[in-house]
Amino acid sequence: MKRIYTLEDVCIGCHLCEVACITEHSVSKDPVKAFLHEPVRSISRCTVEEWDGGVISLSTTCRHCDEPACLQACISGAIQKNDQAVVRIDTEQCVGCWSCVMACPYGAIQRNLVKKKANKCDLCPDRLSPACVDACPNRALVYKEGSQK
Amino acid sequence: MNYVIIGNSVAAVGAIRGIRTIDTTGNITVISRESHTAYGRPLISYLLGGTVTEKRMAYLPEGFYEQHRVNLLLNSEAVAVDPAKKQIKLASGDSIPFDRLLIATGGDPFVPPIEGLAGKEQVFTFTTWDDAAKLKGLAADIDRVVVIGGGLIGLKAAEGLHQLGKRITIIELADRILSAAFDRTAGRIVAKKMKANGIDVITEDTVVKVEGEGVGITGVTLKSGDFVPCDTVVVAIGVRPAAGFLKGSKVEINRGIVVNDAMETSVKGIFAAGDVTEARDFFSASKNPMPIWPDAYIQGDIAGVTMAGGTKSYDGGLAMNSIELFKVPTISMGITNPAEPKEYEILTWLDQESYQYRKVVLQGNIVVGAVLVGNVERAGIFAGLIREKVDTTQFRDKLLAPDFGFIHLTREIRDALFAPVGKVA
Repeated sequence: MKRIYTLEDVCIGCHLCEVACITEHSVSKDPVKAFLHEPVRSISRCTVEEWDGGVISLSTTCRHCDEPACLQACISGAIQKNDQAVVRIDTEQCVGCWSCVMACPYGAIQRNLVKKKANKCDLCPDRLSPACVDACPNRALVYKEGSQK
Repeated sequence: MNYVIIGNSVAAVGAIRGIRTIDTTGNITVISRESHTAYGRPLISYLLGGTVTEKRMAYLPEGFYEQHRVNLLLNSEAVAVDPAKKQIKLASGDSIPFDRLLIATGGDPFVPPIEGLAGKEQVFTFTTWDDAAKLKGLAADIDRVVVIGGGLIGLKAAEGLHQLGKRITIIELADRILSAAFDRTAGRIVAKKMKANGIDVITEDTVVKVEGEGVGITGVTLKSGDFVPCDTVVVAIGVRPAAGFLKGSKVEINRGIVVNDAMETSVKGIFAAGDVTEARDFFSASKNPMPIWPDAYIQGDIAGVTMAGGTKSYDGGLAMNSIELFKVPTISMGITNPAEPKEYEILTWLDQESYQYRKVVLQGNIVVGAVLVGNVERAGIFAGLIREKVDTTQFRDKLLAPDFGFIHLTREIRDALFAPVGKVA
C-alpha cells in the first residue's frame, strides 16, 4: 500500500504539513476558518519534531502497520483496518481511554482533549494524496508504495 | 478442519482473524456462555457510569461473524473437554467435535470466603456486561458502596458508581492502589485525586466481616477494627482462570493454562490465549498470567495462526495499562517498580501539584519500564524502545523530557522508521 515517508534532510521545519492536516480535518477545510473561527480546532495527525532550534526536524506520522498495535490495544473496537488496509479510527466509537496512545510505538496517535477522543492519520480519504504531502514546500514528505518501515 | 473457540472476547477475535489469514475454508465455531456478541469488556465501567450507551458496547463492525464465517453459539457453556475423543461437552448435553481447540475463556472473579458475605443480597463482582447491568438496574437501592480491592477492576467499578452519585470507599490490602501497575508515587497521586473527588481510599487494610442481619448489609468491619458503613459490597480482588471445565483433560494448569510460544497447551491440538493463560514473560523465561487487553489480542492472533498451521511466535507478555481516573490520565508499562532496585537505574520527574509524574526504568542502557501520569502523550514510543531493546546511551538525558520523541533518538532509528526505501521520484 501507499504510505507517507519522511526525507529528514530536506525538512525545513515549517509545520505546513500540520497546518494542512488541521485544515483537511476541519469542518470548513479553510485554514483561516479552521484555525480561528471553528469552535473546536482539529488536531494535526502528523507531528513535526524539532531539535537544536530547528536545525534538525522531521514530520512523523502513522505507518498504517500490517499488524497495528493501536488496533490490538483498542478496547472499544473504534480502530479498524479498512479494505484498503488503512488503519482508521471511528471517533464516535472511541471512548478516549488512550490505550492506542500507550501501544503505538510510532507515537502517531494524538489526544483531542476537548472532545476526549483519539485522532490518527486517515491518509485523507477525500483526496488523491494526503494533504500534508501536497503542502510540503520542499517535498520532504513522500507518498509512495512501501512497507511499514 | 474444525476449529472450536471457547470464549468470545478479544482473544477469540484475534484468533478468528488469525485463522482466516491462513485458512479461509475451515469451520470456526465459537462457544460463549454470555448472551452478547463480542463487546468492549473494559467499557463496562463506562456503561455503568452512563458515558457509553449499550449500542457502543459492540466491539466488532457489523457483519464480522458472517464475513469470517463463524458459527456463533451464545448462551452455551462448555462443561468438559475430552482430548482423546476430540469433543467438547456443553451444559445443554450436546457434544461438539473439534480438530483444533482454543480456550479463550478469560478469568472468573475470585470471591474470598469473608465472614458474613454469603447470602447477602447486594454483593457484586464486576467483570461482565451483565454485572454492570445488574448494578445499574439496582442503582436506586444503592447509597454507600465498599469496593474490596484497589486494582484496575475495583477502581473502574468505583468510578462508574461515583458517576451515578454513590458514596464509595475502596479498601486495598497493599500500601497503594493499582500496586501491580504503579509505583508508590503514582499510586499516591491518583489516590489523592480520588480523595479530592470524595472517594475514600483505605490502604493496608482488609475486610474481615460483612455486617448486617439477614440479606441486608449495614457495613464492613476491617482488620484494623474500623467499621465502614455501606449497603453494597463490590468484590474486586482479582480473577482466576476460567478453566474449571478442563478438569480431567490433562491440560496443564498452573496460575493459568500453561502455553508455549505458539500458544499451544500441554495437550497437542489444544491452544489457549488471553486472561486464562500463563505465557512467557517478555523480560524473563518465567511464565506469568498477563491479564491485559492488548496481550489477549496478540495471543489470540498467534493461536489462530498456529492452529491453522501457520508460523508465529510470542515475544513474551509486556504489562501495559492506560488508566484515566478523574481526568488524570496514566500509562504504565513494563517493570515499573523493580523488586531489586540496585540492578536498575530509575529516572523520575515529579510535580505533585499538577498531578504530573514521569518515570523511566533502565536496565543497563535499555528501557524496561515507564510510568507517565498527567502528560501521557506519545507514551507508546517507550513501548517501542522496550520491545526493540533500544540502546539509549546517546539520548538517556532526554528520556524524561515532556516532548521526548524520535528527534532525540539516533538518525539510524529515525531513518529505519520513517524514511522511504529506494528511489524517490
